[in-house]
Amino acid sequence: MTATETREAAPVSAAPRNVRKRLVPYWLLLPGILWLLVFFVAPLVYQASTSVQTGSLEEGFRVTWHVQTYWDALTEYTPQFLRSVLYAATATVLCLLLGYPLAYLIAFRAGRWRNLLMVLVIAPFFTSFLIRTLAWKTILADGGPVVGVLNSLHILDVTSGLGITEGQRVLATPLAVVCGLTYNFLPFMILPLYTSLERIDGRLHEAARDLYARPVTVFRKVTFPLSMPGVVAGTLLTFIPAAGDYINAELLGSTDQKMIGNVIQSQFLRVLDYPTAAALSFLLMAAILAMVTVYIRKAGTEDLV
Amino acid sequence: MTQPTTTGGDVRLDGISKTYGSFTAVHPLDLHIPAGSFFALLGASGCGKTTTLRMIAGLEEPTTGTIRLAGDDVTALPPHRRPVNTVFQSYALFPHLDIYENVAFGLRRRGIKSVKRQVGEMLDLVQLGDFARRRPQQLSGGQQQRVALARALINHPRVLLLDEPLGALDLKLRRQMQLELKRIQTEVGITFVHVTHDQEEAMTMADTVAVMNGGRVEQLGAPAELYESPGTTFVANFLGTSNLIEAEITDKSGGELLLTAAGGRLTLPAGRCGAPARTGAAVLVGVRPEKISLTPAEDTGAVPAARNRMTGRIADSSFIGVSTQYVVATPDGAELAVYEQNIERDPRLVPGAEVVLHWSPAHTFGLDPAQDIDAGTDISTEGEAA
Amino acid sequence: MDLIRWIRRNLVILAGLATLAYLILPNVIVLVFSFNKPNGRFNYAWQRFSTDAWTDPCGVPDLCGSLSLSLQLAVWATLGATVLGTMIAFALARYRFRARPAVNSLIFLPMAMPEVVMAASLATLFLNMGVGFGFWTILIAHIMFCLSFVVTAVKARVMSMDPRLEQAAQDLYASPAQTFLRVTLPIAAPGIAAGALLSFALSFDDFIITNFNAGSTVTFPMFVWGSAQRGTPVQINVIGTAMFAVAVLCVLAGQLAGARRKRS
Repeated sequence: MTATETREAAPVSAAPRNVRKRLVPYWLLLPGILWLLVFFVAPLVYQASTSVQTGSLEEGFRVTWHVQTYWDALTEYTPQFLRSVLYAATATVLCLLLGYPLAYLIAFRAGRWRNLLMVLVIAPFFTSFLIRTLAWKTILADGGPVVGVLNSLHILDVTSGLGITEGQRVLATPLAVVCGLTYNFLPFMILPLYTSLERIDGRLHEAARDLYARPVTVFRKVTFPLSMPGVVAGTLLTFIPAAGDYINAELLGSTDQKMIGNVIQSQFLRVLDYPTAAALSFLLMAAILAMVTVYIRKAGTEDLV
Repeated sequence: MTQPTTTGGDVRLDGISKTYGSFTAVHPLDLHIPAGSFFALLGASGCGKTTTLRMIAGLEEPTTGTIRLAGDDVTALPPHRRPVNTVFQSYALFPHLDIYENVAFGLRRRGIKSVKRQVGEMLDLVQLGDFARRRPQQLSGGQQQRVALARALINHPRVLLLDEPLGALDLKLRRQMQLELKRIQTEVGITFVHVTHDQEEAMTMADTVAVMNGGRVEQLGAPAELYESPGTTFVANFLGTSNLIEAEITDKSGGELLLTAAGGRLTLPAGRCGAPARTGAAVLVGVRPEKISLTPAEDTGAVPAARNRMTGRIADSSFIGVSTQYVVATPDGAELAVYEQNIERDPRLVPGAEVVLHWSPAHTFGLDPAQDIDAGTDISTEGEAA
Repeated sequence: MDLIRWIRRNLVILAGLATLAYLILPNVIVLVFSFNKPNGRFNYAWQRFSTDAWTDPCGVPDLCGSLSLSLQLAVWATLGATVLGTMIAFALARYRFRARPAVNSLIFLPMAMPEVVMAASLATLFLNMGVGFGFWTILIAHIMFCLSFVVTAVKARVMSMDPRLEQAAQDLYASPAQTFLRVTLPIAAPGIAAGALLSFALSFDDFIITNFNAGSTVTFPMFVWGSAQRGTPVQINVIGTAMFAVAVLCVLAGQLAGARRKRS
């Protein structure tokens, strides 16, 4: 056999193996992706079409390209939109401030207690979050110990002056709602923070100390920058669900603390005004997407996806 | 599937090449590895040696060409149908299985039920009998290496492929394992194909070494032959160290070429010249540092007349135990390396001393001057990962 | 002076433990109030100690029915999401193909979308298609939002796996199917288990998406939600505490078993 013959023969004999191999990933993807296309993407398309429909429940809804719905929804529910962003942003910052020390403690200082602490962070998940949120009603109850302490220290006078509590109450005020949001999404901040902190080589701290960095400087120049992927992931995982949440506002707040999630929920499940609910959903989605995009740009990490 | 036997098979590559998109990892290559030999593919990272090995194993499909094992065309066979086993770089021991099950893996896949005796014997051969129920993570690097070897050898492959098998071991253990591998190869008689970037390792162990560079085989031969008569500047520099001097052919007489280089006159046997031997043509003259002797300038008369000689001044010297390494600057600015055995050290050979460098013409080699004179110098010490 | 120095040195530990207390406090309240005997319909203020609820956890109509429904949903949703998600994860981690970036985005989006938006959209689809809400619509929704989490967990594990292990298996005469069963799957198992566990927790605890797509079917979270309006029975604290205890015990048992295996 000559060299030229073998050179032509080899790729041909290998061809069927190649084609079959190239199709394997598509077979693996097919059922799952189909599921997402039908039950995640298609609903969004339906939702988009619903948002430009008009009609009533009795006569049915038709696409009339009534874009006015968006404008009406936006103007009518501006306070709820702003409140959602404000509450969610505050809760995210609080989660970061509270979660970072705990994640740091578990990653670097816990030693043999590390696993136990991790269990304690994750285990509350298994008690229904609704039950746990209801427990805050007891903790923050009027005349309860928390309110009593805050009252005797005159902290409630200050916070009421700032408008985040009302009189001698904590429950049914912005403070209670933000407290509930922070509590509910704290594990979503701690877990990614822990993951990125745990990856940091402990010798980097020693190297920084060796190179004349004070502990605070070590944190500022070494630890924190290296944990940025965790910070970005954690803040996103906290902010996005918090902005769309309506459980905390419903259980811990009053009508003055309603967030955009409450509006969508009641438009959809009670008022049955589907176009408005759809328009609000899209406005919320667009707002979150815009903020997240800007944030990721600023934070400089795009390897999240 | 070929029934495994204890005898080695030969490997024949015809026009084998591998391209990834526009990048050619291996240029069309013809290679014959005789049955029962210990063959080394030597080169820096990215030279195509690992790709070649993986094509033999069936882990990469060649773009062109055919692969024959003991006469059978195996080009289209998937890896699990080839009578070939591999000792992987960093071993690739299965972390979820213990040592016993790792070693038994290949036998079980071929449907052999009673593996106990064979696994026991194989573990004894690599001196790991007591570790059968440990997990790979619990073993040291050297022990893991022996498990990887046992896991491959138990299948009695026709050819054993070794991909940088000693790369992760420290120097002392590596030396010990080199001798061990060589001993096992002689014992079992299987063809070994060994990929390494360590030229010393290749020369210690292999019968035949193929030096690869840029997807091509630069030179193939026995270690001593490659070392004494390198065919290219890459081989001259990558295998050990060479002094390469630009020279011009001034005359031919009998089997010898007369050259001028750096003001000196040199003799080169015509058979050792890899460049066109025309009068007036340029040539690169090479000589290994340990072939050169140094004599203080005042003793010039004592140097035998037949030897090639140049003059220079010692620029630097470093004592490294078995030898002393000198850097000698010639009058025209070239620097030559010289290794002198520490047998009887001449106290006059200190930096600043004027000296005569002289060596036997038989140790001189000539190379084609069209090549890069520094090819292979920087990469010979490059990192472990290929 | 010494105290201040000590506090400064252990500031991180103190702050971390304070956060942990904040995280655990509601669970403590839930536990304590499972022994309460409230006067009215709501179990928010402490009255007196009683073990009534613990001796009769199903004493409230529909409570245990909703619990069993939630457990069934969680099992099936976990199974579905784990199988589909693992397949996607392998495709993404093991193969290079043209649609890869698009698939990656499609997996990421459900995790980056407020639940209420997904919930309303899916419900709109079901309404438009005339599908009756119930067990199946909830299950479909749960598999949908659990899928991405499984993919993420499994993909991370498979990506960190040395591809040479699979090559070694093939080199040692394992066919592609044997390689997958004997090597790939066992090594990917911790990732798959993590994804499945996460799915179970997410599905069991989901309220928002379930609320939109359940119709008149009542899962355990929906029962709790309803009771927050009508009156909270002590039994939900009993269930909550029991789930917490079971989870902690399971994890501890798993760790003990792991530690023992490592030692032997």
